[in-house]
Amino acid sequence: MSETRELQVREKQEVNVPAEQTRPGLVFSPLVDIFETDKDIVLLADMPGVSTDNLDVDLRENILTLSAEVVSGKGENEQDILKEYAVGKFYRQFTLSEVIDQSRIEAQLTNGVLRLVLPKVEKATPRKISITS
Amino acid sequence: MTARRLFDFPGLGWRNPFAELERMQREMDRLFGDQFFRSGWPGLHAGVFPSVNVTEDQDHFYIRSELPGMAADDLDIQAAGNSVTISGERRIPAEGDNVRYHRREREAGKFSRIVTLPNGADMDKVSAGLTNGVLTVTIAKSEATKPRQISIK
Repeated sequence: MSETRELQVREKQEVNVPAEQTRPGLVFSPLVDIFETDKDIVLLADMPGVSTDNLDVDLRENILTLSAEVVSGKGENEQDILKEYAVGKFYRQFTLSEVIDQSRIEAQLTNGVLRLVLPKVEKATPRKISITS
Repeated sequence: MTARRLFDFPGLGWRNPFAELERMQREMDRLFGDQFFRSGWPGLHAGVFPSVNVTEDQDHFYIRSELPGMAADDLDIQAAGNSVTISGERRIPAEGDNVRYHRREREAGKFSRIVTLPNGADMDKVSAGLTNGVLTVTIAKSEATKPRQISIK
C-alpha cells in the first residue's frame, strides 16, 4: 500500500432476517473480510458496539451464523440533535464449503472487530502428492 | 365485555393496529430501495466519514461514532471554538503473503471530520472514550446555558 486513501461514508446495510424477530429493532449486516490460508479460514467482521457477552457465533451443518445485540450507549435523558447512523443488531450467515474442526475454533473480539479462526480439518489441507515413476 | 373479547381475540389483529402500515412500508422499501424511505434513517447525511450521532442531556453534549478496529492511539480529537474535530487513520494490517481472499468489504484509510456544536458547549471540559469500537466524546455544557431554578423571594 503506497498511498492511504480517504475513507468514504458507507451506510450500514440493513437486512431482513429470515426468522421473525421477537424483539423489535433494526438489523444490520456487518462488513466482513474472509480469507483462507492453507490451514484456516479467517473471518474478520466489523461489529461496533458489540461486547463479548452479546455476541453469538454458531456453526452447524456448515452454516456459520453471527448474531449480536448492540447496547446503545445513549442515556435515558439524552435527546437527538443529529442522527446520521442507526444502532441495531448485527446478523449474517455464511455457508462454509470446507469441513471445519469445531473443537479448535478461535474467536476474539477487539475494539468492535471479531476475528474468527476456523481451522480446516486435516483432510482438507492440500498435500503435495509426489509422483513416483 | 364484548370489547374485551374482541381485543383479546388474536385473529383480529387488534394488537398491532400499525401492522398493515408497516407491511406497506416494507413493500415501499423494496420497490424504491431508497435510503429516503428507510425506517430509522432520517436522511440527514454529511457525506463525510465517520457518521456521527449527536445528543444532549441536561449537562452534556455527546458525539458518538462507530469506529470499529481503531485503537485510541489511531484517533486524534481536537476541540476548538465551537467544534470538535475527529480525525485518524484506520489501518487493516496485511495478513501475510499466502492468503486468498473470498471477501474484502472492510476498508482502511484516513479520515477527518469536524462537528460543530450548538451554543453553550464548554470546550474546556471535553472528554473522550472508546468502547468496543464506539467513540463517545462528551462535552460539558457551560454553566451559563444550563437551566436554573429561580427562587421567588
